[in-house]
Amino acid sequence: MAAPKPRVKVPKTASAGDIITIKTLISHTMESGQRKDKDGKPIPRKIINKFTCEFNGQKVFECDLDPAISANPFFEFNAKVNESGAFKFTWVDDDGSVYSSESKIEVK
Amino acid sequence: MKKTVVISALAAALTCAGAVGPAGADPVDEQLTIDGEAMITRAKAPEGHPFDEVLSGWLFRTVETRALETDSFTNPGMLEVETGEALWNKVEGTAGKSCASCHGDAAESMKGVAAHYPKWDPETKRPINIELQINKCREKNMGAEPYAFDKGGQKPLTAYIKHQSLGMPVSLDLSEGDMQSWWDKGKERYYLRTGQLNLSCASCHEVSMGKMIRADHLSQGQINGFPTYRLKQGHLISVHNRFRGCIRDTRASYPKAFSDELMALEVYVTWRGTGLSVETPAVRQ
Repeated sequence: MAAPKPRVKVPKTASAGDIITIKTLISHTMESGQRKDKDGKPIPRKIINKFTCEFNGQKVFECDLDPAISANPFFEFNAKVNESGAFKFTWVDDDGSVYSSESKIEVK
Repeated sequence: MKKTVVISALAAALTCAGAVGPAGADPVDEQLTIDGEAMITRAKAPEGHPFDEVLSGWLFRTVETRALETDSFTNPGMLEVETGEALWNKVEGTAGKSCASCHGDAAESMKGVAAHYPKWDPETKRPINIELQINKCREKNMGAEPYAFDKGGQKPLTAYIKHQSLGMPVSLDLSEGDMQSWWDKGKERYYLRTGQLNLSCASCHEVSMGKMIRADHLSQGQINGFPTYRLKQGHLISVHNRFRGCIRDTRASYPKAFSDELMALEVYVTWRGTGLSVETPAVRQ
């Protein structure tokens, strides 16, 4: 499996006070830890266990993920924007890797 | 600064858009747009077609499934299309070439190509589809191993190539070589009843089109969106896998992928979808 690749969809512009829709997706196998390989040995758990979204350093959205979440976790949520800035998204992997992505938005 | 955060369940937000229930089993009267581009999901049938109008399978799916296909970001099949893009540029084989070495940018070189496949292959004297064309290129030009059916990069690369024709109407040239006689053979196969259940393709997709078969809404069985992302399996499904699955479900023994029988069927069934937009990768139940 290729390295997890984050993707985000945030509008480029908005008016002050707009509620915008943000979509995020990361390619990840989300190995639950409950499965066994061909030899009957358990496949170790490896999932994204935390996802956060910050806007200009302030937390907008956060959630913990558990093993039942399917592969390639997708999140869609709304946020109200009052000023221009950047959304920062981070995904934390079980092995400690952190994948991140940033999207700028201009508020007119 | 105050920010409101709402988790919106996609399904819940869209449920108000239209009610679909077992009672209303007709295909919906809606326009499919993918990233704002209008798709042709209803087209006038070609001459000699049993229907007046050919309908995309998209019109038969639930609100939630239909919504997934309208945005390439939410379409789970697009992840495999991305994998296909990487394969397009990957050098393999003894000739040290990738697909891109000869064909360059797929967005230009492959635009519209898959809308006219299967084509006649004068060398093998049989129709050739995208999967077999990839294998032919790999063997002849790249010196690489051909992909086994549904293995390796076959599905993602096929999906990537077909995706370059997104929105373009399907049309086949039956005047090439012996395409017409393969079309005839495919038609025969389409109407051939098989298995313990004694069903032909037409039993479900022509005679009973639009009806419910238990929980499933029967479409015209069009293949304009293949390889298609099926929620049931959670990955891309190739046309020949689907053909085999359908025939298996009639409780018959089923032909091998890319066999003469199934290639003929692919020619015929592709023709039955003449005029529909290529939707690869479509999202289905």
